[in-house]
Amino acid sequence: MTVADVYLQQIINGLSLGAMYALLALGFTLVYGILELINFAHFNVFMVGSFVGLGVLRLLGVMPGAPALAGVALVAVLLGTLIVTMLAAGLLGVAIERLALRPLRNLRGPAAMITTIGISYILLNVVLLSLGADSKNFPNPLPSWTMPVGGAVLRLREVLIWLVSLALMAILTWFVQFTRLGKAMRATAQDAEAARMMGIEVDRIIIAAFFLGSALAGAGGLMFGLYYNFTSYIIGFTAGLRAFTAAVLGGIGNVPGAMLGGLIIGLIEALGGQLVSASWADVIIFSILVLVLVFRPAGLLGRVAPNKS
Amino acid sequence: MPPDSGLLLEFRGVNTHYGDLHVLKDVSYAIGRGEIVALLGGNACGKSTTMKTIMGVVRPTSGTVRFEGAPIERLRTAERVRRGIAPVLEARRLFPRMTVLENLELGAYTRPRGPEYMEDLERVFALFPRVKERRSQIAGTLSGGEQQMVAIGRALMARPRLICMDEPSMGLSPLLVEQVFDIIQQINAQGTTIFMVEQNAAMALAIAHRGYVLQTGQVVLSGEATSLRENPAIREAYLGELQVTPAAG
Repeated sequence: MTVADVYLQQIINGLSLGAMYALLALGFTLVYGILELINFAHFNVFMVGSFVGLGVLRLLGVMPGAPALAGVALVAVLLGTLIVTMLAAGLLGVAIERLALRPLRNLRGPAAMITTIGISYILLNVVLLSLGADSKNFPNPLPSWTMPVGGAVLRLREVLIWLVSLALMAILTWFVQFTRLGKAMRATAQDAEAARMMGIEVDRIIIAAFFLGSALAGAGGLMFGLYYNFTSYIIGFTAGLRAFTAAVLGGIGNVPGAMLGGLIIGLIEALGGQLVSASWADVIIFSILVLVLVFRPAGLLGRVAPNKS
Repeated sequence: MPPDSGLLLEFRGVNTHYGDLHVLKDVSYAIGRGEIVALLGGNACGKSTTMKTIMGVVRPTSGTVRFEGAPIERLRTAERVRRGIAPVLEARRLFPRMTVLENLELGAYTRPRGPEYMEDLERVFALFPRVKERRSQIAGTLSGGEQQMVAIGRALMARPRLICMDEPSMGLSPLLVEQVFDIIQQINAQGTTIFMVEQNAAMALAIAHRGYVLQTGQVVLSGEATSLRENPAIREAYLGELQVTPAAG
């Protein structure tokens, strides 16, 4: 591999990581846009999502080391796993909102945010205590198809992550832009009191935001497992913080911003790791977080001043 | 009261509190079908709280609010909108990053999307040709007058029986204020009852049938608009050359 090929390969890797971070960042942004709440439970909804994906694959008979699937069977297994994982993660998000966050709705201050940290630790410990601390092999039904791109290699798992993320982001964008519920979500994010006086049931909008964001995190968790071929109770923290950085970088509350921020963070991780060293990736990413907060607190696509009157 | 009598909205002995702050104090209003009723008063006298109490954003601590005879003080806001109450909010409060058309659509959020919806949209466009021209524009980029037209149009999209307007003249040039009040009269003539909070007492009493004057949370005067216009206390406090603001409450 030439130097150029190495960087090309890192761009491919970075876009894959970025697609995953974008899925995760969207959940932060959807909830923040409506409640102005940073939902740290989201970190571990993602982690639980990857375990749900693992469980579904096993139920479908896809075991680690099993032969690769092809054709209709492959598509059916992947699609089925994706849908079940997203539903389960989405319902987990809704349950968190109903049980732990709604009772705090009218409290001012950081009570709700701190509660989300607590829930995050509960989820982490439940998985740790019930499934153990060792990382689990993630079954991978993907054939080992590869395609040379210049001197770099494109694998099927990268293509899969890109396609799934693109499709989900396209569906989300369509939903938010054009459906009745999506428009009500945007209205609520822009002026919750006025939205309520249009007859919008704001509680339902909050449920929708948690469901969609958590379902996307579930999809991200499944992608994580298929990409790295493992999962563990600990994966939520690093991926979650990076995705949160992506949401802030893009402008928290801003849907295209979360997608853009995710891709940028993924590319920085891959290319920065190549330029300096992989262990410096987080230093670079979180330095960027600090710089964004200092110099452009509204993020790349965010509004300069939030519209509140 | 105009001939087609019968109460549309009624407050009876309503009290509201924000924490320890007693805002509305034993307030009663009676708004008849087909009326324009103006609610006058200085800053912080409870005018906006009245609007929020009608919409269900503020709940009374005691007293009853009836709409078409049925008590509504425990109903959720969405249910009140469904029953036919629509707001024109203070400072317009359009959804600033959505288009004019999307804002109008959200006004009709509780109504089905059908021929009636298209009728309502055509009616708004006929009333405000300007809004039709601007329908694809982002609402936050409109001028204040255009935003007020969209805000009124958005309320009409709910096909309401009662429109509650909070300071429709706020921040508008005198010429625009006159246009807006003309439109309000037209809407009323087409059968919609208007309950309007207004600082601009002269304009409000020029189009209103009746008025209430609120001072530190209490109704201190009420009556026909013509008699309020002649009332020396009103003339001094709201219509005179000296703009006297009553004690803040």
